Amino acid sequence: MSEEFKVEIVNPEKSFLVKDDVSEVVVPAFEGEMGILKDHISIISFLKPGIIKILSKSGDENYYIEDGIVEFKNNNLSILTSTIFNLADMDKSKQQDLLKQAEEEANKTDINDQSKYLADQKVEVLKTLN
Amino acid sequence: MASLDDLKKRIASVKSTQKITKAMKMVAAAKLRRAQESAEKGRPYSEKMNNVILNLSNGISDKENAPKLLSGTGQEKTHLCVVMTSDRGLCGGFNSNIIKKAKSYFAKILDEDKELKIITVGSKGNDQLKRVYGDKIIENISFKESKNANYFDADKVGKMVIEKFEAGEFDVCTIFYNQFKNVITQIPQAQQIIPLNNEGEENSSEESYEFEPDEDEILSNLLPKNISTQIFKAMLENSASEQGSRMSAMDNATRNAGEMVDKLTIEYNRSRQAAITKELIEIISGAESL
Repeated sequence: MSEEFKVEIVNPEKSFLVKDDVSEVVVPAFEGEMGILKDHISIISFLKPGIIKILSKSGDENYYIEDGIVEFKNNNLSILTSTIFNLADMDKSKQQDLLKQAEEEANKTDINDQSKYLADQKVEVLKTLN
Repeated sequence: MASLDDLKKRIASVKSTQKITKAMKMVAAAKLRRAQESAEKGRPYSEKMNNVILNLSNGISDKENAPKLLSGTGQEKTHLCVVMTSDRGLCGGFNSNIIKKAKSYFAKILDEDKELKIITVGSKGNDQLKRVYGDKIIENISFKESKNANYFDADKVGKMVIEKFEAGEFDVCTIFYNQFKNVITQIPQAQQIIPLNNEGEENSSEESYEFEPDEDEILSNLLPKNISTQIFKAMLENSASEQGSRMSAMDNATRNAGEMVDKLTIEYNRSRQAAITKELIEIISGAESL
């Protein structure tokens, strides 16, 4: 029996990525990183800013996301997100831009705790990318 | 009968109009392909989102305390209508169809003595509605600068709607847009987004999910996103419909102009012939009288 399942990442504009030979996906879920293997129980969870790792035979891929929802059902993993970047395509300047944006957001005073937390997360993740 | 010169001028002017409509048709056709593509590409996201929400709302344990965005405020006094139209004209019945649909809905609401608030997206809708419902329009948004419908714009509208909802400014929210069926058919739609209307949809799965964090929290985070997603979907459908509608309108206009040119050319040739004949008769009868 193969140990592979299907992953699909969609953003509002299009279907971003479809892969069906994935062996493991690590997503930054709201309550900590979560690794998903084949035959995981059906789950719906939230994502916080972080890195999605997709491990497959054809190579590993890393994506930076800012928010999203994951749904896993019948060995189909769907990830809905509004902002996603492939780390392989992301250069320094793009990263710096995002970091600057996130820092500005984090330094705003009129935001509530949750958005503050999310913005801090963004900053943290983007910094570790260096 | 118009003089030869006048006819000539008219033919020239109709011809140049025809050139414009032809060019517009081609542009619309090119844009249509792109808009249609992005409308189709955008569908998986909104469908998935809908699915997740459906599954969530089935799994929710405490129906009484469900988020207000899902269950409503418990009354239906104030209606907010988001009327989405285009920013440009010359697209056949596209805008008037939405407006017609919206107006009949408005009339119904006002008949029932409920309060009505309107947000118009796109300047054409605002132009048509402000004459009759000027005092009801609370906001007018236009995305003239954005070339294509993008999520960022939709999110702006969505956030505004949610803000107003949380401030208790309305109970029910409906969006009006044209659904793209094909190039010649666009169906004006009224879709209720707050409270979320799940009636009529079959339960896609009875399977139980594990939630992390719990259902309520996910749901209360997801619902605002869903609003933006639905608005974005409407925007995509709208832009595809707009281009399709414009294309067929301009196609018609080009054909009509062609017919007109033909008719005018025949008239022109006839009167030219008549003038020549007349001159000939004059010359001949002049020669005979000698």
